[in-house]
Amino acid sequence: MNDSILTIILLAPLAGALVIALLPDRGKLPAWIALLTSLATFGFTLHLPAHFDRAVHGFQFEINRPWIENPAISYHVGVDGLSLWLVVLVGLLAPAGVIASWNAIKERRKTFYLLFLVQQTAMYGVFISLDLIVYYGFWELSLVPMAILIAMYGRKDGAKAATKFFLFTFIPSAPLLVAILWLYAKTGTFNFTEVQQYIASGALPAGALFWVALAFLFAFAVKVPMFPLHGWLADTFAEAPVAMAMVVAGKLGLYSMLRFHVGLFPVQARHIAPLLIALAGVGILYGACLALVQRDFWRLLAFAAIGHLSLIVMGIYGFTLTGSDGAIYQILNNEMIDAALFVLFGALELRYATSQIAAYGGLAAKLPQAATLFVISSLAMVGLPLLNGFIGEFLILSGTFTGVSRGWAIVGAIGVILSAAYMLWLVQRLFYGGESELARTKPAIDLHFAEQAILWPFAVLMLVMGVAPSIWITQIENRIEPPVMVSAAPALHPSMTIAVSREGRQ
Amino acid sequence: MNPGDALRILPEIILTITGVLVMLVDASLAAGTTRRPLGWVASLGTTIALWASLWQLSLPAGTGFYGTVETSPFTVFFHVLICGIVLVVLLLSLDALPEETHHQGEYYALVVFGAVGMCLLTGAVELLVVFIALEISSISTYVLAGYRKHTGQGPEAAIKYFLLGSFATGFLLYGIALIFGATGTTQVYEIAHALASVPNVPNLPLILASLALMLVGILFKVSAAPFHVWTPDVYEGAPSPVVALMSTAPKAAAFALLLRVVYEMFPTLRSVWSPLLWGVAVLSMTIGNLAALRQQNVKRMLAYSSIAHAGYLLAALAAAAPDGIAAAAFYTAAYAAMNVGVFAVVALVSGYDEDLPLIQDFRGLVFRSPLLGGLLIFFLVSLVGIPFTGGFFGKFYSFSAAVGAGAIWLAVIGLLNSGLAAAYYLRLAFSAARRPDESSAVMRMRSTPAGITVGAALLFAAAATLVLGIAPGEVLHAAQEGAHTLQPLEEPQPSAPMVLDNRNGQ
Repeated sequence: MNDSILTIILLAPLAGALVIALLPDRGKLPAWIALLTSLATFGFTLHLPAHFDRAVHGFQFEINRPWIENPAISYHVGVDGLSLWLVVLVGLLAPAGVIASWNAIKERRKTFYLLFLVQQTAMYGVFISLDLIVYYGFWELSLVPMAILIAMYGRKDGAKAATKFFLFTFIPSAPLLVAILWLYAKTGTFNFTEVQQYIASGALPAGALFWVALAFLFAFAVKVPMFPLHGWLADTFAEAPVAMAMVVAGKLGLYSMLRFHVGLFPVQARHIAPLLIALAGVGILYGACLALVQRDFWRLLAFAAIGHLSLIVMGIYGFTLTGSDGAIYQILNNEMIDAALFVLFGALELRYATSQIAAYGGLAAKLPQAATLFVISSLAMVGLPLLNGFIGEFLILSGTFTGVSRGWAIVGAIGVILSAAYMLWLVQRLFYGGESELARTKPAIDLHFAEQAILWPFAVLMLVMGVAPSIWITQIENRIEPPVMVSAAPALHPSMTIAVSREGRQ
Repeated sequence: MNPGDALRILPEIILTITGVLVMLVDASLAAGTTRRPLGWVASLGTTIALWASLWQLSLPAGTGFYGTVETSPFTVFFHVLICGIVLVVLLLSLDALPEETHHQGEYYALVVFGAVGMCLLTGAVELLVVFIALEISSISTYVLAGYRKHTGQGPEAAIKYFLLGSFATGFLLYGIALIFGATGTTQVYEIAHALASVPNVPNLPLILASLALMLVGILFKVSAAPFHVWTPDVYEGAPSPVVALMSTAPKAAAFALLLRVVYEMFPTLRSVWSPLLWGVAVLSMTIGNLAALRQQNVKRMLAYSSIAHAGYLLAALAAAAPDGIAAAAFYTAAYAAMNVGVFAVVALVSGYDEDLPLIQDFRGLVFRSPLLGGLLIFFLVSLVGIPFTGGFFGKFYSFSAAVGAGAIWLAVIGLLNSGLAAAYYLRLAFSAARRPDESSAVMRMRSTPAGITVGAALLFAAAATLVLGIAPGEVLHAAQEGAHTLQPLEEPQPSAPMVLDNRNGQ
C-alpha cells in the first residue's frame, strides 16, 4: 500500500473522469460520481499523514520507475513534509469544489465534472512529481481544464478571461522548459534529487545558473501571482466557476517556488531574495489597498489574495526557519479560508444573482448560518488569535522581524491590519446594516445541507489548526532542505552519499 | 538488376497497382453509380502497402536498382507514416466527400498515386529519382487542391499551387544539375563521398549554389518561410480532407528528403546550411505565428500554424545526427497525427461546402456536439504543445535536440513562439467551448450522425496523438533506428557542428 499509494491518489480522479466519460449525461449522475471520487481520493490522501514517518529524512512513499528511455524520463514521485499536507489539501478541497458546483452548474455537467477531475489529477501530479519533466507536464496540464471551464462557464466574457489566464501562465513556462532542458543537457538527468546535488556541487557555470534560476522563478511568480505579474487574477476570479477559482491561485506557484526555486537554486534564490521581499511588500500593500475599493466581491477576494500570497512569499524568501514554516502553514490556511469564502460567495451569487457588494445588506437575519460561517472565515483570514490565519501570519512576521528587517515586518503587519479593515467592512456591508432591496424581495434560503456539510468542518478545522498547529508544523519541518555544500551532504541522506560518491568517481 | 530489387519498392508497387485498379474500375462503371466502394479499394491497398513497408524491416538495409532506391529503418519509418496518413485521409474522405461529387473515383486514385510519389521520395537515394518522385506527389496534390471546382477559390488554389510549385521544383532541378556538373554524379552517397574533403574540393562555388537551390526547392515544399506564401490560399481553397493530406504527408516526405540532403549528402557543409536553417526556422515560426494571430478563417489560421510548425521542426536540425534526425522524424509523426485530426474535425463541422469557415462560426460546438468539440479542443491543445499529447513530445525532442547542441536562443525563441501560438489556437478552442447564442452558426450544423469511417479516422488520429504523448518510447525508438541508418559516411569535422555553439552557447 505504501508503495503505490501516490499512484492511486494520482489516478483515482482520472478513473472517475473515465467513468463519467462513459456514462450518459443524465441529471446529477456526473456530479455524484465526481463527489464519490473526490471523497474516496481524499480518503486515500489521509493515508499519507497517517503513515508518514517523522524519523525518516527524505522523500517517502517514493516510486522511481523509468518511463521513457531516451531522454531518461522517469515516473518518479514522492512526498516530504513540504508536499505532504498540500496533497491532503487538494484532497480536502475537491469535495468542496463539487458541492460548490452542485447547483451552480446546470448544463453540460458531464464535461464540467470530467474536466474538474482531470484538474485534480494534474494538481496531485504537480505536488508529488520529482522528475522535472513529469512535474512540468502536470504543471502545464493543470492549465487546460481550468481554461476550458472558464471559457465554458464564464459569467460575462469567459473566453477572454480564459485566454488571459492561459497566456499569462503558459508563456512564462516556455523559458521554464528551456531551463529544464538546459539542466538536462548539462547534468544528463531530470531527477530532482540528482539535479539538486549537481547544482550544489558547483559544477555548473554561475552565470548561466542565474538565468536558469530566473526562468524558474518567473514562471512561478506569475502563477502565484506576485505583484506586478498579477494581471490575470482578478478577471479569472470574476469569471471562473467557483470550484475552479478556489484552486487557481496560490498553492501551485508557492509550492513550486519552495521546491524548485529555493530548493534547486538556494544560492541564486538568496541573491534575488531582497528584490522578491520588496515586491512582496509592495504586493501586500497594493493588494490590500485595492481590495478596500472593490465593488465586486470576486474582485475583492482576488486583490485580497494578492496581498495574502505576497505575505507568504515574504516568508519563503526570508530564509528563516520560522518564516518558511509559517509560509508553508499559511499556504494551507490561506487555501482553506479562500475555499470557504468562495463557497459562501458562490452561494450568495446563486441566490441573489449578483456579485455587487452594494446590492447586499442586512442578510444576517435572513441567512443566519451563512452569516456565522462567513464571520468565522473572515476572522480566520484577518488573523484573529485562536484561528489558523493567526499562526501562519505570526510565524511569517516574526521570522521577517528577526531574520530579515523590521521595516518589511512592519509593512507586513500593516497589510494584516488593512486586511482586517476590508474584510470586516465587507462583512458589515453584506450581512449587517440596513435591509437591502435584495434581502427584502428575494426569498431567503439559508445554506442547504451539502453546503453546511462542507463549511462546518472547514470552520472546525480552522479552529483546530489555530490552537494545535504543532500537529502540522512538526511534519512540515521534516522537509528536504537544499544542500548547502557537498561536504555537508553525505550526513543528510544515504541517497545523497551515493550521488556524491558517484560524482567523485567521475 | 536482380529480381529481389522489386522488394525494395514493394509498397510503391502495391500502391501503383491499387491506383491503376481504382482508375480502371472507375472508368468501367456506369455514370451515376456510387463510387464509394472505390474508396474502400484504395483504403485496402494502402493498408497492404503499410504492412509491406513494415515487412521491409526484415530486408537487409541497402539499395536496389543500381543504387537508386534504399530500404532502411529510416525509409520504413516514413513509409509507414505516409501510408498511415493516407489511410486516415481516405477513411475521412469516404464520409466527408458528398455522394454526388463528380470524379470521386479519380479522387481516390489521385490520393493513392500521390502516396506512391511520397513513399518513393523518402526511399530515393538518386537525385533524378528524387525529382521524379517529387513530381508524382506534387502533380496529384495540384489536382486535388482544385477539387472544389464550383467555388472560386478551388481553381485559384490549384493554379497558384501549380505555378509556384513548379517554379520551386525548377529550383530543385537546377540544383541537381549543378551538383551533377560539379561532382559528375547524382547518387547521394557518391556525392557525399566526393564532398568528404570539403573545403578542398573542386567547384566549391557550384556546390554551394546547388545546396542553396535545392534547399529553396525543398523548403518550398515544407512551406517554411520565406517560401510559404502559397500555403494559406491553397489551404483555404482546397477541400478540408485534402488539406489534411497535403499539410502532413507531402511535408513528411519533403522533410525526409531534407534530412537526407543535409545530413547524408552535405554533412561536410554543415557550417553553411546550419545557420541558414537556423534563420529559416526562426523566420517560419515567427511569421507563421504572427500571421495566424490575425486570421479569422479557420483554415487560413491552420495554414499559418503549419508554417510555424515547420519552423519548430527545423529547430531540431540545429543538432547533429542522429539526435536531430530522430527529433525531426518524431516531430513529423506527431504533427501529422494532430493536424490530420484537427482538419478531420473541421471537415466534419463545416462540411464539404464549408458553410462555417470562420472562427466565431464554431462558437458553441462543445454544447452542440460534446464529442466533436472535445476532439477539436484536444487536437488544438496538442498543437499548442501541452504535455501528455503528441505535440508536447514533438516540441520537447525538437528543442531538447537544439538545446543539447547549444542553440539555446533557438529554443527560447521557439518556445516563446509556441506561447504566442497558444493565443490563436485557444481562440478557436474557446470559441468552441463558449455557450452558443441564437446567432451561432454551429447550431445549424447537419445533425446526421457521423459515419463509421470518419469515426475510425478520428479515433485513429486521437489515439495516435495520445499515444505519442504518453508512451512516445516506441515511435522515438523507431525514429532513432532510422536516424542511425542516415549517418554521413564520414563523421563531420568536429569544427563544423560547433558553429552554433560559438554563436549561441554563452
